[in-house]
Amino acid sequence: MSSIAGSGGVRVQTAASVARRAAWLRRLPLLPAFIYVILVTQIPFLLTIYYSFFSWNLLKPGSFKFTGLDNYARLLTDESIRIAVLNTVVLTVAVIGISVVLGLAVATLLNSEVFGKGLMRTLMIAPFLIMPTAGALIWKDTLLNPLFGLLPYLLTPFGLGRVDWVNQYPMVAVVTVEVWRWTPFMMLIILAGLQSQNPEVLEAARVDGANSFQAFRRITLPLVRPFLELGALLGSLFVVQTFDSIYMLTFGGPGEDTTNIPFLLYLVAFQGFSIGQASAIGVVAVILTTIIATVALRTLFSIFNVEARR
Amino acid sequence: MSASVKVRRQFPTSKVMWSVIGWLVVFVFFFPVLWMWLESFKTEPQAASSPPTIFFAPTLEEFQQVLSGDFPPYFINSAIASIGSTLLVLVLGLPAAYALAIRPVKRTRDVLFFFISTRFLPFAASLVPLYLLARDLQLLDNIFALALIYTTINLPLGVWLLRSFLLEIPPELFEAARVDGAGFFTEIRRIVVPLVAPGIAATSLICLIFSWNEFFYAVNFTSSVAGTAPIFLVGFISGRGLFYAKLAAAATLASLPVLIGGWIAQKQLIRGLTMGAVK
Repeated sequence: MSSIAGSGGVRVQTAASVARRAAWLRRLPLLPAFIYVILVTQIPFLLTIYYSFFSWNLLKPGSFKFTGLDNYARLLTDESIRIAVLNTVVLTVAVIGISVVLGLAVATLLNSEVFGKGLMRTLMIAPFLIMPTAGALIWKDTLLNPLFGLLPYLLTPFGLGRVDWVNQYPMVAVVTVEVWRWTPFMMLIILAGLQSQNPEVLEAARVDGANSFQAFRRITLPLVRPFLELGALLGSLFVVQTFDSIYMLTFGGPGEDTTNIPFLLYLVAFQGFSIGQASAIGVVAVILTTIIATVALRTLFSIFNVEARR
Repeated sequence: MSASVKVRRQFPTSKVMWSVIGWLVVFVFFFPVLWMWLESFKTEPQAASSPPTIFFAPTLEEFQQVLSGDFPPYFINSAIASIGSTLLVLVLGLPAAYALAIRPVKRTRDVLFFFISTRFLPFAASLVPLYLLARDLQLLDNIFALALIYTTINLPLGVWLLRSFLLEIPPELFEAARVDGAGFFTEIRRIVVPLVAPGIAATSLICLIFSWNEFFYAVNFTSSVAGTAPIFLVGFISGRGLFYAKLAAAATLASLPVLIGGWIAQKQLIRGLTMGAVK
């Protein structure tokens, strides 16, 4: 087509270049953010993949050496990565499961006729706002501590007075603190869903003879379901990355009992300084998270129908 | 007659019952925060007593100690990292959100998807190279380097959130402005900024919360010079009694800005946490 000679061809070209110029003008405001994100996330990720093929310990100068798939082979045979994956799954499933159920219960309470709704909601979201490191330390030192903590003291009549929760039941302790933190998050999302419900529909169901449980199951639950899903999906993307409370409560221990993937990465990279091995863990973590995130984000898109409006 | 009796008898009972249950549940969840506050007003022996001290004469001694000690620099570092990164998010995110909402580019959906996927990319993906880069550039333990990292964490959220607010501006406004010959910057200044002021506030709040509470990068990229408030708390980790009151006072102070901000802006909080999906 470009072989067409004469003024006509020139005009076509100008029109095309004007269109291209307009397209670039549209893209221009997007570019700074786009370039920034690529520089700080994508390029480092490529380097992570690159490093994962090398054996490299920062504490041993000159140890940078190509070893192919050795780091990955070690991950397959190494016990600790399997434990870390398992711990991550257990932690995430337990925290999300429990906090969604509790969040639904609390949101239902706050959506019914109760005194002091506003204040209840305000106090209820405090655990989510408290700095996670601060919250975890308060739990560990002033609530769960077997000598001075409040909980063992309160549980003494039940024969649980000297239980060292953090050391004897480390996963229970971590899950408890994380559920305490994420229930308000779930509650907020679910409450928004409940409040979007038309009360007249419930009233009509009641008039038709449905009891509260039936009305809840048949009308309320289907309506808040997208909100439950949204809360669970967003929540799991955060909880998979749990680091603060593990660092503060158990430091991944005792042994490896509460070491999840982020914490294992921390240990390998910043306690062991094995850059190559840490990079391989990073790559595996990205693959695992991408699987969850793809499902999560697709659901997010379909639930809330995110579309370009114009 | 009988109807009014029935209403009077039935209505309050169930309301009172559910209120009591509700308040009990809320009390359980709020209790650790309340306990933190109580501990922070105790003396050290009171805080480490067994059985626990419930009634005591409150003292500000521990707050004074924390504030006159080495806590303030950490607090200031937190403020620099949070505010600095939030401003950067707005500077980079507002034009991007504009491009995605008002004059959408091709493949807007893919771009949005790309942005948000980087928010949920595990820090494992880029941690090691960023650490090595910071080390080679002498930027470890530098608060501005930390602010740059926090910008990365918050930018995707910021773009999504700002876009969701921009989508609410009636398109006619822009058409009218364009007919009047307003350029890009006039459009931003006269229409976008005033109308999305609430959106900018909500985005700032969410960015401030996430960066104020951030710990993973802080603990790996900073130490004594650029340490943020959570790093100060790490000092209490060995937890061998006798400084619980001081810990509680420090934890209270460290949590205060986010707690107050979140309480004031509860409505924005939910929208921010769901990236604009739930209003």
